[in-house]
Amino acid sequence: MYEHDVVVVGAGGAGLRAAIAAQEAGADVAMVSKLHPVRSHTGAAEGGINAALRDADSWQDHAYDTMKGSDYLGDAPAVEALCQESPEEVIRLEHWGMPFSREDDGRVSQRPFGGLSFPRTTYAGAETGHQMLHTMYEQVVKRGITVYDEWHVMDLAVTDEDDPAERTCHGVVGYDIQSGEISGFRARDGVILATGGMGQVFDHTTNAVANTGDGVAMAYRAGVPMEDMEFIQFHPTTLPSTGVLISEGVRGEGGILYNSEGERFMFEHGYANNDGELASRDVVSRAELTEVNEGRGIEDEYVHLDMRHLGEERILDRLENILHLAEDFEGADGLTEPMPVKPGQHYAMGGIETNEFGETVIDGLYAAGECACASVHGANRLGGNALPELIVFGKRAGRHAAGEEMGEAEVTTGRSSDWEPADYEFGVEVGDTGGSGTAAADGGAVATDAEGVLGAAVDRAQERVEELLSRKGRNHAEIRSAVQETMTDNVNVFREEGRLEETLADLREAREAYEEVAVSDPSRTFNTDLIHTIETRNILDLAEALTMGALAREEFRGAHWRKEHQERKDENWLKHTLISWNDGEPELWYKPVVLEGENKTYEPKSRSY
Amino acid sequence: MSTQIPKQTEESSETDAETEPASKGDERRAEKRRRAAERREQRQAEEAEKAAADESTVELKVFRYDPQVEGKQEPRFDTFHVPFTKGMTVLDALMYARDTYDSSLTFRHSCRQAVCGSDAMFVNGGQKLACKTQISDLEEPVRVEPLPHAEVTKDLVVDMEHFYDQMEAVEPYFQTNEYPDGELEEQRQDRENREKIKMSTRCIWCGACMSSCNIAAGDNEYLGPAAINKAYRFAMDEREGEDIKQKRLEIIEQEHGVWRCQTQFSCTEVCPKDIPLTDHIQELKREAVKNNLKFW
Repeated sequence: MYEHDVVVVGAGGAGLRAAIAAQEAGADVAMVSKLHPVRSHTGAAEGGINAALRDADSWQDHAYDTMKGSDYLGDAPAVEALCQESPEEVIRLEHWGMPFSREDDGRVSQRPFGGLSFPRTTYAGAETGHQMLHTMYEQVVKRGITVYDEWHVMDLAVTDEDDPAERTCHGVVGYDIQSGEISGFRARDGVILATGGMGQVFDHTTNAVANTGDGVAMAYRAGVPMEDMEFIQFHPTTLPSTGVLISEGVRGEGGILYNSEGERFMFEHGYANNDGELASRDVVSRAELTEVNEGRGIEDEYVHLDMRHLGEERILDRLENILHLAEDFEGADGLTEPMPVKPGQHYAMGGIETNEFGETVIDGLYAAGECACASVHGANRLGGNALPELIVFGKRAGRHAAGEEMGEAEVTTGRSSDWEPADYEFGVEVGDTGGSGTAAADGGAVATDAEGVLGAAVDRAQERVEELLSRKGRNHAEIRSAVQETMTDNVNVFREEGRLEETLADLREAREAYEEVAVSDPSRTFNTDLIHTIETRNILDLAEALTMGALAREEFRGAHWRKEHQERKDENWLKHTLISWNDGEPELWYKPVVLEGENKTYEPKSRSY
Repeated sequence: MSTQIPKQTEESSETDAETEPASKGDERRAEKRRRAAERREQRQAEEAEKAAADESTVELKVFRYDPQVEGKQEPRFDTFHVPFTKGMTVLDALMYARDTYDSSLTFRHSCRQAVCGSDAMFVNGGQKLACKTQISDLEEPVRVEPLPHAEVTKDLVVDMEHFYDQMEAVEPYFQTNEYPDGELEEQRQDRENREKIKMSTRCIWCGACMSSCNIAAGDNEYLGPAAINKAYRFAMDEREGEDIKQKRLEIIEQEHGVWRCQTQFSCTEVCPKDIPLTDHIQELKREAVKNNLKFW
């Protein structure tokens, strides 16, 4: 068994920042990640980091833009924390040597991004995430923080009280991919989940193959509610054949979208008469698909993004990476021709329910970054708001876990007095299928002392691995691709009741098939068949929760569009969707959004760009 | 179709035979089933052959090795025939082979877009990132092997520890003795200076350069092109002071540092991010000479 004060799961932007912060607060920290830190998907972020750095800008304006972008489903205390602390965190990155793009006077550059009232997106070419990831990993090396890389965390070690709010997390169970060793990691002060996105729930995604939402699924099964899972961002500019991201920076610098008729449809068809291409991402994605559905798509599939008029010099200076991506992954030369683009899954606004310090309802369990839902993005995330979330909330979770005094949280977790049960009836059975392996209470244990809880969790993981390796059965890959297909077909940009219900039935079938899953590679050495099989279970849990949320939310808000419900319904729906695993019988409930900030209340307004 | 398929068929027919009770009718039925299985096997073999001859499939010869699994302890090559689609990369083909024919086929990969640096391999005799190498640019059969000059863990996975150790040996983090006054003040950096270090900051730690380097192959302690490039990234950054540059030059000038490089350009040729590694090493050599003259 390994033992540390704070154990951080995942080593992307949020995890690295959390580890640094916890160590600075005096904790003995370790990071456990299924990838080496520099392989994390933060490295693929392109566009930039929103921060109100300049005199003409203010954190208040950033907060206003973010609340509007969230379609009033962001919690103001979390949003304000993001906007207040992003500037100091960006400057800290600069002080750590991050190579930002520069102005003539040597200061860091900023550019316009969608949904922003000021050009406050700080960037390093079109490779901001890569530079940020490497800069923070350098600091981890400098500080000598212990990293267990290529260790897949299978489970959390959590006590088993009936009420999740009374449970305590004592650590995690890791599987060493290299050697097959299974071991407990005791966390004396806290576990921080920073496992990133869940794009592999879909098949056309900008996310990495590793983005299987492990942390969200683990926390869910241990009793932490998942929040606002139905809100998935579909990025308007991904390459059609692979889902590789073409940065919003292209539009920020002046790139234009055209349909097959050569029309600048964002204006000409009235989708966003003021901001055009720089409307919020949900707006642009729907516009593109509407064009395609109405017969004005190219090859009936995509639209064109043209940046030729920006000129070679500007493109090479600020968007060079885009030229390489378009060339290598779509065979298009961005200097001489428009690039084909279409919407693709990009980001999960929802995730593990936390307050503004990253705390979950389970004592000693934290979450930060894309896997968490504080909530700063509400129903739609603005471009350039993901990277500041990593550093602001990574830092906050790290400090809090290390025991720093940070005051009372204003965002609640778990069932406070104002929770409300959902009365939606799903036509299909959901949750645990009752068979082996996927059984309830992954997080629960009879023992109450830390070592007993951890030991029991290790034993369960050991049994599970032995079972998967020894029996014969189905390969996980067909199950995973069935899930990805139905999600991409039916729980996409446009959603309708009948197809969402069909999806729930498809997912039920996939869950049943997963009962018979087995790993045919018998090796203990680098058994990726085993790791992928374990991940596929996480994908199943997430896909189901996402679809349940999409069915129950009978309104159109932010990224969540419903055919039958074409309006935002503030009277009924200014509330977060929560789904509790409830020992295998998922339960849907709600809590109100917090619109009261430090000095003002964000009154919902109609959202036009 | 792959070399693995006939084996799977064998397994399923064995299971059938075991569950057979021993009456005469049952025996006949078992015999019938065995013949059907044989025919099925033959048909699959024929299809595999046809697929092999078909122009719309691509033939991969993939290195296999697993220290723990019987039959894989002796390294071998497996052949996979994968249906070709436009734009298919080596990574796409490997994933298809794994998900369709043999789930034990093992390789690192994550982002699919040449930024995570996980999938550097030896493809048709050159170090390549599998995700950005188009099948259509390669001669068939496509031979895929793990990176040379590194210990093989399993199939296409190599042990990266030594590479990471070298990267971390050059104090790979920003250092300065003075920051600007004022809480929200950034350090200033000229556009030209940022441009100068830009290429060096693009390294994705894939290890292709180290694997291609003859010197690194012969001298295990040589820092190697990637680590020296990391040192260059900081030594040339004007935000670090002169005294720190001094320290950096001492690190790269050590016995197993820049002077080992014999400017063969192999690292520069294989770098998937087009970093001019050899130029960077040469420039550091010149800086080191200048620096030494200063103290003469």
